[in-house]
Amino acid sequence: MLTPQQIEARLDRILLRVTKPGRYVGGELNQVIKPWDSVSTHLALIFPELYDLGLPNLGMAILYDEVNKRADALAERAYCPWSDMEAEMRSAGIPLFSLESKHPLAQFDILAFSLPYESLYTNVLTMLDLAGLPVLAEERGDEHPLVIAGGHAAFNPEPMSAFIDAFAIGEGEELIHDIIAAHQAWKASGESRNDLWARLAAVPGVYVPRLYAVEQDVDGVISAIRPTHPAAPQTVIKRVVGVLPPPVTRLLVPSIDIVHNRIAIEIMRGCTRGCRFCQAGMINRPVRERSVEEILAAVEDALTHTGYEEIGLLSLASSDYTHIQELADAVAERLASRKLSVSLPSLRIESFSVDLMDRLKELKPGGGFTLAPEAATERMRQIINKPISKAQLMETVEAVFSRGWNSVKLYFMIGHPDETLEDVQAIIDTCKAVLAIGRRHVGGRAKVSAGVSTFIPKPHTPFQWVACDSLEQIRAKQNLLRDGLRNPGFKLSWVKPEVTFLEAWLSRGDRRTSAVIHRAWQLGASFDAWQEHYDYQRWLQAFADCGLDPFSYSHRARDLDEILPWQHISSGVRIDYLKEEFHRSQSGELRDDCRDGCYACGILPTFNDLRAELPVDAWKCPPVKRRRSAKVEVA
Amino acid sequence: MAQPSPTLTRYRVSYTRGPEMRYVSLLDLQLVWERTFRRSGLPVAYSQGFSPHPRFHMASPLPLGFTSRCELADIWLNEPLPTPKIGSDLQQAAPPGLTIDCVEEVPLSLPALQTLVRVAEYEAVFPFGEPLAGQEQFEAPVVVTESDVTAFLSAESIIRERRGKQYDLRALVESIELCSDGSLYMRISAREGATARPEEILSALGLDPSQARVERTRLILAD
Repeated sequence: MLTPQQIEARLDRILLRVTKPGRYVGGELNQVIKPWDSVSTHLALIFPELYDLGLPNLGMAILYDEVNKRADALAERAYCPWSDMEAEMRSAGIPLFSLESKHPLAQFDILAFSLPYESLYTNVLTMLDLAGLPVLAEERGDEHPLVIAGGHAAFNPEPMSAFIDAFAIGEGEELIHDIIAAHQAWKASGESRNDLWARLAAVPGVYVPRLYAVEQDVDGVISAIRPTHPAAPQTVIKRVVGVLPPPVTRLLVPSIDIVHNRIAIEIMRGCTRGCRFCQAGMINRPVRERSVEEILAAVEDALTHTGYEEIGLLSLASSDYTHIQELADAVAERLASRKLSVSLPSLRIESFSVDLMDRLKELKPGGGFTLAPEAATERMRQIINKPISKAQLMETVEAVFSRGWNSVKLYFMIGHPDETLEDVQAIIDTCKAVLAIGRRHVGGRAKVSAGVSTFIPKPHTPFQWVACDSLEQIRAKQNLLRDGLRNPGFKLSWVKPEVTFLEAWLSRGDRRTSAVIHRAWQLGASFDAWQEHYDYQRWLQAFADCGLDPFSYSHRARDLDEILPWQHISSGVRIDYLKEEFHRSQSGELRDDCRDGCYACGILPTFNDLRAELPVDAWKCPPVKRRRSAKVEVA
Repeated sequence: MAQPSPTLTRYRVSYTRGPEMRYVSLLDLQLVWERTFRRSGLPVAYSQGFSPHPRFHMASPLPLGFTSRCELADIWLNEPLPTPKIGSDLQQAAPPGLTIDCVEEVPLSLPALQTLVRVAEYEAVFPFGEPLAGQEQFEAPVVVTESDVTAFLSAESIIRERRGKQYDLRALVESIELCSDGSLYMRISAREGATARPEEILSALGLDPSQARVERTRLILAD
């Protein structure tokens, strides 16, 4: 195996031939380099996408901080080399290496992949291969690192189960330490690799796919998912942290320009709104907030350590943060005259949001104002449980344009269950009404951008049983939008159905999908999130080579009682709750924000012990009244 | 209460760009400096306008892949400060690969720094012919011959093209020296609009510039 010095010497020869060589050298401000031999556990944090996208990833920053805080472990990073660099590395015989110390990844104890979404799956295979490791987990042996993965996409781990030894389900702040501890204990024991699987499976929140058997008929219908080892639980329940740990403030500052170069501070985790299409809203429960003081101190600290010019105060729904006004006031006051900009994404559609943004706008003039109605008719909003009246939207837009913004960005989704062309026409009508308001205030400068994505029924949501729109349906709806929003003043963006389908296949896939991913990668698939790399035909070919019908994953409505491929993975939300929500969507019944009243999604009983140790208001779940009748029944 | 009017003061910073900064482009370096200023807490003067930036000039762009021990930049502060303090504040805030060598006050009235640069000196070494420890070597070591250098220097003109325009590369080169260890010293014009590129000289000598390690060793300004 090459030494770090040899890798560096070879890199020097090739870097001037590739685009943006600064992606491959590390050396960023705030990077952590520990002497290699000073620790017992070497963990590589791997983001299987381009450096430019991986570096700002908050999950990576959190785990980098967590692991490097330990005296007995180090974390270094790797991102996926762009195709030009991959080719140069292969011809120069350079294995994939860590940016900090330039050690080959194969020398690490643990390779930890971040899987936030599905279009980077093939890059995982590229990176394992470039590291000189067998891509298939079953072909790796004692001499190879443990390969783990976590992130939102890991909530359906099956499609990647052939490549990953163990999945970390849920939040990683504490789980990563438990995994390191299990690995260290196993290493000290001198046991075989098979014993490592049992030790890992015993860690709450860890899923070891090889310790489960899936019984499936030729049509893909699953009859059973069974653990095959006593250490493996029937259901793997996600991990959550009771209280959010202090935000990371020593963020890496790259010396080359990348997108989303900013301080990211998470102000709140989870969401109580219950939009039925939203996977993040279901799998990130319960809601936990940080205090205004903690956020402000973190912002100051991060500014001192990074010198970044932009701050993102992140959450799934900023308006729901209890002290949002106080936070916006304090941020505006402290950062005025410091030439910084602050973004507060995911604001509710109400004029109060405009007040908030107006307050922050004083810092630095910003661009457009973003709102996400997601659907344009009352009926659709009831189905998806995102109730915003037309009057409320128009009133908000009125406020936006009257305060001096020239452009409004509106996010919609087509393909929701039971959507008709009338519902899509309503998107056009809404955009036109918004532009008319804009014209009234700012004349010809008014712009409306409509970002219209296509709905995918994601695992662990109330819509997980429904089918995607067909190609013809999507085409018809997108054509309608294109025809309707041609006029000057509109900018329409949409997602190609071929792109939506891949995401649907991979996010809804099962164990058999691993073979398809492997085949697609062998056929050359990589960087599938990039238009210049993505090849739909190649994926169809891969499915055909594996004897599988891709559309059975995206377009077959599942029976409510069918065992789903991700059924043994639990987000803490009860399946019966998801079914109830599905039924309510079909009858057009709304579900209120659960901050004001508990609808028994299942989070509280699942994490009862954890919550009992915390202050009552640590989670934004309201107090639950015990039902006496239940006790009587038991008696 | 009226704000005291700032006493604008101009400083010249000499600094080294180490290997960590080899692959940072000119535009990116601008951002690296802006963030260094912000972290340093120094009272940096900002430009007026819609999108204010620190008042800051760099002397001469350094090609991607080069290191330098003689970079120069001018920076304007809203108040005068002792130069050692400016230097140490900047150093503390600087990322790996930026080393502050010296800070001195210069008159506000001086012309823009980039218009003052006249000549630049570069050193090129060719380390890659060395066998790597325990490994097969890549290819034959790169060798520069005295006759290649002499041929270049005795040429009347060496016409090259850049962005569709022809120019005489030879006229931009003051001297080239081949040292006994095989490294090259180049002394070349770096005036605005008449800047020779070391990579082009290396190419003209029949060398592959991507295989050289080049360092800028000196910038000479107009008196």
